[in-house]
Amino acid sequence: MSAREKILNAIASNQPELTALPLMDKNVLIRYEDVYAQFKTVLESIGGKVKLIPSLTELKEQLIADKASGNFVVNAIADLGKLDNQVASFTALDLEKVEKAYIKGTAGVAENGAVWIYESQMLNRLLPFICQHLIIVIDIAAIVATMHQAYENIDVAKEGFGAFIAGPSKTADIEQSLVIGAHGARSATIYVVG
Amino acid sequence: MKTTHAALAEKFIADEPRTNWHDETLWFVREKRDKAAHGLPEWEQLREWGSQIKNHTLSNLSNYLKEFEEKAVANGIKVHWAADGDEHNKIIHDIIRKHNIQKIVKSKSMLTEECHLNEYLQEHGIEVVDTDLGERIVQFRKEPPSHIVLPAIHLKKEDVSATFHEHLGTEKGNNDPQYLTEAARQHLRDKFVQSQLAITGVNFAVAETGGFVVCTNEGNADMGAHTAPVHIACMGFEKIIPKAEHLSVFLRLLARSATGQPITTYSSHFHKPRPNQEMHIVIVDNGRSRQLGREDFRNSLKCIRCAACFNTCPVYRRSGGHSYHTAVAGPIGSILNPNLDMKANADLPFASTLCGSCTNVCPVKINIHEQLWKWRQIIVAEGYVAASKKMGMMGMDFLLSRPTVYRFAGKMGRWLMRILPFVTNNKLNVWYKQREMPEPPKESFRDWYLKNGKTNKK
Ligand code: SF4
Repeated sequence: MSAREKILNAIASNQPELTALPLMDKNVLIRYEDVYAQFKTVLESIGGKVKLIPSLTELKEQLIADKASGNFVVNAIADLGKLDNQVASFTALDLEKVEKAYIKGTAGVAENGAVWIYESQMLNRLLPFICQHLIIVIDIAAIVATMHQAYENIDVAKEGFGAFIAGPSKTADIEQSLVIGAHGARSATIYVVG
Repeated sequence: MKTTHAALAEKFIADEPRTNWHDETLWFVREKRDKAAHGLPEWEQLREWGSQIKNHTLSNLSNYLKEFEEKAVANGIKVHWAADGDEHNKIIHDIIRKHNIQKIVKSKSMLTEECHLNEYLQEHGIEVVDTDLGERIVQFRKEPPSHIVLPAIHLKKEDVSATFHEHLGTEKGNNDPQYLTEAARQHLRDKFVQSQLAITGVNFAVAETGGFVVCTNEGNADMGAHTAPVHIACMGFEKIIPKAEHLSVFLRLLARSATGQPITTYSSHFHKPRPNQEMHIVIVDNGRSRQLGREDFRNSLKCIRCAACFNTCPVYRRSGGHSYHTAVAGPIGSILNPNLDMKANADLPFASTLCGSCTNVCPVKINIHEQLWKWRQIIVAEGYVAASKKMGMMGMDFLLSRPTVYRFAGKMGRWLMRILPFVTNNKLNVWYKQREMPEPPKESFRDWYLKNGKTNKK
């Protein structure tokens, strides 16, 4: 008998009698008067920066200035300017030099400051993690109160990969002192358009 | 070499200031958990949902595992099954050999600790670099993690500084956590970009979609998994949940229970390998199906490894993770480990005051302290208990089942402690170690109640 059969048989004979899944009444979930205000408060409390912008104009200019600085800056947002599609095939060694990445997010979550990003929005799966500084852009209408609504608005299996990202990378593994910038981005700025 | 919790704890508490620091730091984490939990009016409802989803999953586990496998395979993931730790290690070793892999990075996975993967590979001349900062610190020091979420919580920054000075050439005596973390960042980035294989754990595996979720704050799982041409994710079979929508419940519970954060920085959902990448999942039993068959203990398989029960436990906080001499320490470890090896871990269910604090904080409502108590009965019945403890337990059993004798013994005890305090305040009484015995009360609670309880009622 293979390990698979052995394990599945043992489980089938040892598992308890079938119980039902809970019916989850979404009416009990927390509601926020202003989801943007909550999103901003939480994200700033975990090391992120949040800016409300009326349109993409300011960001377009910033991207041009960033690119002109000579740093390796990657744009993954079509609405901001030319896409840096070439990074799709870049290796980690290439991407390690990325100073800043501009990436669009699909959904923002007010209760925890997380933003859902699909693989296709990253151009390269590694980009939002390996860049030194991460810029995420979301629409204000894409912010929902909790993870329950966020999962209703996304399809986790639509693409090969996707992630909720909440602020910059961090650690407290040395004596519980919080340090921002562990292995991933040293800073995360979320621009909310609306 | 293996020794008991009590003996190891004695070593740990020999350094009193450090014990106090450990105790207070973990209590601080517990308080952050409380604050985060109280921030959500639906918190108790979430725990109930979490518990029921896990109960349901366990009750239909074989089907969910088959569904998960089918979907994962359709997604292009290779699925392996391992009956025990040894099979798990061999599967990984085979993949390493097939690709002639030299450079391996691993993010946090308690399962690989449980299976002693690093040691196994080392014996075959293969080095694995642990990339979680806390895990890298303890790996340099050749120590196991002492906590499942905070692996280096037993160390002070001076210790880390000395370790990094030795292994990474950081400035001697520079204890600044920012500086030390930066040194680790540079060192590990180098390892990431060269990695040929990334090994990660799994926090949740979704039957409906055949994908899995990995949560980190540092980003180390992603740095490895999206770089290396081969990714192996290792999971105990109890990581399965039925649907993607259930992730909302568990991601809301996990980080708040663990560290009081609203969510981990990265919650990465893996469904398909990237082009030219190979993605494997190893599904491990290693005693879990046996635990599933133990009615009193199967609930322990609901655990989402948040470590809230560690942080709140008065025994864990004051004895340190290493005193549990197993990969998973703390209250939940004391339920899981006797299932793996009852004899070697017979001491663990006794490393508890049974205060029930663990049960109160557990996000999936595992009746931890009741299970600890139940293990004690079994361990005594199986004869795995030290003679001194057994005598005490037999004595207690005798007393507790005979109310009149119990009352008389209580009177005698109180009288003895007052008249002849050295009878209890001596080295033969293990309860006297590191403690003063309390002043014995003049009367028992029962006597007091008979007098006052009655008069208070009209
Ligand atoms: S037993 Fe409960 S509290 Fe302890 S680690 Fe598991 S889920 Fe967390």
